[in-house]
Amino acid sequence: MTVFNHFGRYLLMIKGMFTKPENWRMYWKELMKQCSDIGIGSLGIVVVVALFIGAVSTLQTAYQLVSNLIPKSTIAQIVRDTVILEFAPTITCIVLAGVVGSKIASELGNMRVSEQIDALEIMGINTKAYLIMPKILASFLMIPILVIIAGVLGIWGGRMAGILSGILSPEEFEEGLLSGFQPFNVTFALAKAYTFAFIISSIPAYFGYFVQGGALEIGKASTTAVVTSCIMILFADYILAALLL
Amino acid sequence: MIEIRNLHKQFGEKVVIDDVSAVMEAGKANLIIGASGSGKTVFIKCLVGLFEPDGGEILYNGQNFTSMEDDQRKELRQQIGMLFQGSALFDSQTVEQNVMFPLDMFTRLSHSEKQKKVNEVLERVNLKDANKKFPAEISGGMKKRVGIARAIVLNPKYLFCDEPNSGLDPQTSLVIDKLIYEVTKEFNMTTVINTHDMNSVMEIGDHIIYMYQGIKEWEGSNKEIIYSKSQKLNDFIFASEFLKDVKAIRALEAEGKIQGNTPGLSK
Repeated sequence: MTVFNHFGRYLLMIKGMFTKPENWRMYWKELMKQCSDIGIGSLGIVVVVALFIGAVSTLQTAYQLVSNLIPKSTIAQIVRDTVILEFAPTITCIVLAGVVGSKIASELGNMRVSEQIDALEIMGINTKAYLIMPKILASFLMIPILVIIAGVLGIWGGRMAGILSGILSPEEFEEGLLSGFQPFNVTFALAKAYTFAFIISSIPAYFGYFVQGGALEIGKASTTAVVTSCIMILFADYILAALLL
Repeated sequence: MIEIRNLHKQFGEKVVIDDVSAVMEAGKANLIIGASGSGKTVFIKCLVGLFEPDGGEILYNGQNFTSMEDDQRKELRQQIGMLFQGSALFDSQTVEQNVMFPLDMFTRLSHSEKQKKVNEVLERVNLKDANKKFPAEISGGMKKRVGIARAIVLNPKYLFCDEPNSGLDPQTSLVIDKLIYEVTKEFNMTTVINTHDMNSVMEIGDHIIYMYQGIKEWEGSNKEIIYSKSQKLNDFIFASEFLKDVKAIRALEAEGKIQGNTPGLSK
């Protein structure tokens, strides 16, 4: 299949999700399950990644700012902006593409191969709406929250690393944190989070939903889904930066 | 009743179902038999709408399934139950939740009513003590029974079974066959079974269609099948030496040269 075939089938899959649910309560239940899987299930890795990225960015920024003419509070400013603009949304979402993306692709792939999707179709359920839509909606709900948590923890991790290593005092860090803050950066980070949330959920759903074959193909689909999602995240990252900054 | 008129399906240049017509009657076990690759699975998948046929018509009690709008199809599908080859149970749900799923999705019954219905159906398929188990914790035969329970929980008019005996030992196969046959009669369902198990053919084959390379080669009942003149069908059913011997004994019985009941096959 060519890229255009894939893209066309992907668009048809998205279009196919928009039908009236057979039973709102069951869709709501599925949405809550997906919110729990995607949100709570990924929280641990997001916390760890955010803390260390914040800490490392403080240490590396301090390493590069060797001039005495530059106040130490600048380190906090740089850490704040890089975490909010890039690290929290992009790095978190690349990690989530691996964690959430592979889970979505393998779950749907397994359902396809073991005929569970066919079983739902036979019952008269729109499987695109019932299986894919809740995953995309749950990603829209949970991934921006995870990005906000990553941003907050990233800055806190940077602060802790700065203080514990004696690079700068808590007062200097807070001074830098508050100076020249642009609220638009948060809006930009959230715009990225929503865009990446769609990529992370819909692309793996596509590769999982249309799997053909057996266990080997599920593994391949999962890998392709993660790789494609990561590339699309980086591509969208560039486009958004070019358009919005 | 399901009426199939001139069904045709091809993938690329390869014709998989070629101009097949048949009538599947209610209250009967309609078996589709044939060797691997003969088009049985594609045929049954066309009947339930998992594949779109390239030609022909499928009528469910006179309603043309092939030309139905999506909403009408959805409605009709609630009258269809299907048992899949691998059972297709939802891995993350218990036996009880699997059987309750169609009730949750399509009925407004209270939880206690649904629970009662699930217990009744599980009892009907002789599975009383497995409610809280997950599919990974039960045997292949039990999975098939859960699959049957899920398929009949909404009291469907049509039951489709895709190779219900695959992966089962002969004894369990007989239990599953018997169960499918009993529920077919009990609920007066139109049951279509796709199989290549000759035991099933002889035990429950009220109406049999033999498929050969996408063509309907022979049609009849289990009473007639071993007397068929179709060479292709004979090659298929008498592939084993044992069955060839049985056929030879039957011929001798018919000629009056020996007397007695041949074991293994019911006349």
